[in-house]
Amino acid sequence: MSERNLAFVRGEMLPAREPPSGQTGLLKLLRESFFKDWLSALLTVTSLIVLIWIARSVSPWLIDSVWNANSLSECRQILGGAEGACFAVIRDRWTQLLFGFYPPTQYWRPVLAFVLMLIALAPILFPPVPRRLLWFSAAFPGLAYCLIWGGTLWLPFSAYAVFAVGAIVLGLATRLGSGVAIVLALASALAWWIFVSGSVTTVLTQLLPLALAPVTSREMGGFLLSIVIGVTGISLSLPLGIVLALGRRSKMPLVKTISVMFIEFIRGVPLITLLFTASLLLNYFLPPGTNFDLILRVIIMVTLFATAYMAEVIRGGLAALPRGQYEAAEALGLDYWKAQRLVIMPQALKISIPGIVNSFIGLFKDTTLVVFIGLLDPIALSNSIRATTAWQGIYWELFIFIGGLFFLFCFSMSRYSMHLERRLKTDQH
Amino acid sequence: MELNLETEIDRSRMRVSDQVAIRIEDMNKWYGNYHALRDINLTVRRGERIVIAGPSGSGKSTMIRCINRLEEHQAGKVVVDGIELSSDLKNIDKVRSEVGMVFQHFNLFPHLTILENCTLAPIWVREIPRKEAIETAMHFLEKVKIPEQARKYPGQLSGGQQQRVAIARSLCMKPKIMLFDEPTSALDPEMIKEVLDTMIELAEEGMTMLCVTHEMGFAQAVANRVIFMDQGQIVEENNPQDFFHNPQSERTRLFLSQILRH
Repeated sequence: MSERNLAFVRGEMLPAREPPSGQTGLLKLLRESFFKDWLSALLTVTSLIVLIWIARSVSPWLIDSVWNANSLSECRQILGGAEGACFAVIRDRWTQLLFGFYPPTQYWRPVLAFVLMLIALAPILFPPVPRRLLWFSAAFPGLAYCLIWGGTLWLPFSAYAVFAVGAIVLGLATRLGSGVAIVLALASALAWWIFVSGSVTTVLTQLLPLALAPVTSREMGGFLLSIVIGVTGISLSLPLGIVLALGRRSKMPLVKTISVMFIEFIRGVPLITLLFTASLLLNYFLPPGTNFDLILRVIIMVTLFATAYMAEVIRGGLAALPRGQYEAAEALGLDYWKAQRLVIMPQALKISIPGIVNSFIGLFKDTTLVVFIGLLDPIALSNSIRATTAWQGIYWELFIFIGGLFFLFCFSMSRYSMHLERRLKTDQH
Repeated sequence: MELNLETEIDRSRMRVSDQVAIRIEDMNKWYGNYHALRDINLTVRRGERIVIAGPSGSGKSTMIRCINRLEEHQAGKVVVDGIELSSDLKNIDKVRSEVGMVFQHFNLFPHLTILENCTLAPIWVREIPRKEAIETAMHFLEKVKIPEQARKYPGQLSGGQQQRVAIARSLCMKPKIMLFDEPTSALDPEMIKEVLDTMIELAEEGMTMLCVTHEMGFAQAVANRVIFMDQGQIVEENNPQDFFHNPQSERTRLFLSQILRH
């Protein structure tokens, strides 16, 4: 081999070109995803056949469905032996499935509460919504309580006053150091709640008796109940879960031990036993004569349960963060809480979004377990509807309706989480 | 051992004052039973530029991380800007806000834009009004020559750009001392120079700098003292001229021959 000159100099740079046809678009999708080889072609055709078969067998049942009838036998009469769904039961009983035995003249109250909830959620879920609306979000829980349970409007007002007292004391005492200020604020809020709140409520009620007709917890049911328990549990379990996750990673042995014990205990016990505890045992521990609302007890138990799971999900996110993030935050002089709030949590929560939403969805569906302690959730109501003479023997239609509504809520949560993940993605060019 | 930094260095403002910036006395540190730092004694005066070299595992990073207490020392005394580092959290945060640190892996906050990275600490630690913080941040981003990237996220920048942002982020706190922990070790060769240029500029302005690095060209050009560490102790401390051309310890000579052979 003779010595060759290896030098090469490119005269002009090559411009970027289009990919060859068949490498993009529908054709590529079809070839690569559906008909790549014989096996994949076979699977594609088989799945198509199965899908068509399912659609063909279900569609007449859905298409021929009866919407106007007063009982199952009337339905069958109308159908005259043909296959068909009897959705008349939904038409007849949908209010019951949504509201339970809530007084029909008062239906506007839970409906209004639901609409207001959507408004309150808007600024939390979507940044373009004006930030000032967050004040409404903060006021919403009290408002919703008033609307749903009725009674004097001054009760939630005085509950907010407790927070206000705490916040004012916190603001005044910050100069004494953050630890002292927090203790003082908690103490004064507690003192206000125990000694002042009750009398203030009574006085205000007498001065200006603003009140709605009270509705007892026993009258509530259906999706109203599921949403009340689910939404409260969801919105409380996230912040509590964050605190617990931080507690579990704390360097203080006592805080750490308490957090670990709480998480392990709650996670190790089935939700249903906690619910039974709420409905039966709690009465033994409380002083006799205290009337502690059953829904409230259930909400507390569901929240505790969800909090333990949430804490572990968030701990996973925290563990996934590189140590360098903590170090950079510390090196800039941010203290523990500021570092957590501004640097660590936004990233840890972002990593945990799929897990968090998973827990949310699980929690929302678990609200149907309250059927076992005698609360009238949608499942319990479907049982009682089927127990009536008119609708005895009906199954699918009720469960499709209930399942459909649950799916609607859960699917929206899932879509929102995907939207959020996309929005928070910052490593794309 | 050629100096491959073409930049002409302006030494007019590189003055070392008599004031002590950092005083380390008999500092010791253990990881469990492992004696990581042994009797470290070091005094750094304002305006000094110190380069710390040494083989990996010799305790260079650990030492400078003790200065802003990312690592805790177990014996001895560390006084930074007149404040002794102890378990008092207030002192630690105070020292940290006066001491900037640049890491090997940049450690920018990926969920914040470049500008937000730079304004975070001034707003939340120094409690400077947002508008003023943004002005300062833009000033320093211009200084490191990437103001046009201010609205981007760290993930969209190259390594060299990210490291320059990290330097700007530290500078936004107007620190009195800057610590560099192998700032160019994670960079592609093409990007090392742009970061070193930024650091040289900083040195020209009289910043007190402690820099753990393997860039010996930088050490020769900028440092007024080179410290060589091995097995958790300071083996040699010398001016760069003598350090490179006439090293006193055998260990230093071996180290220099290893890294400068190529």
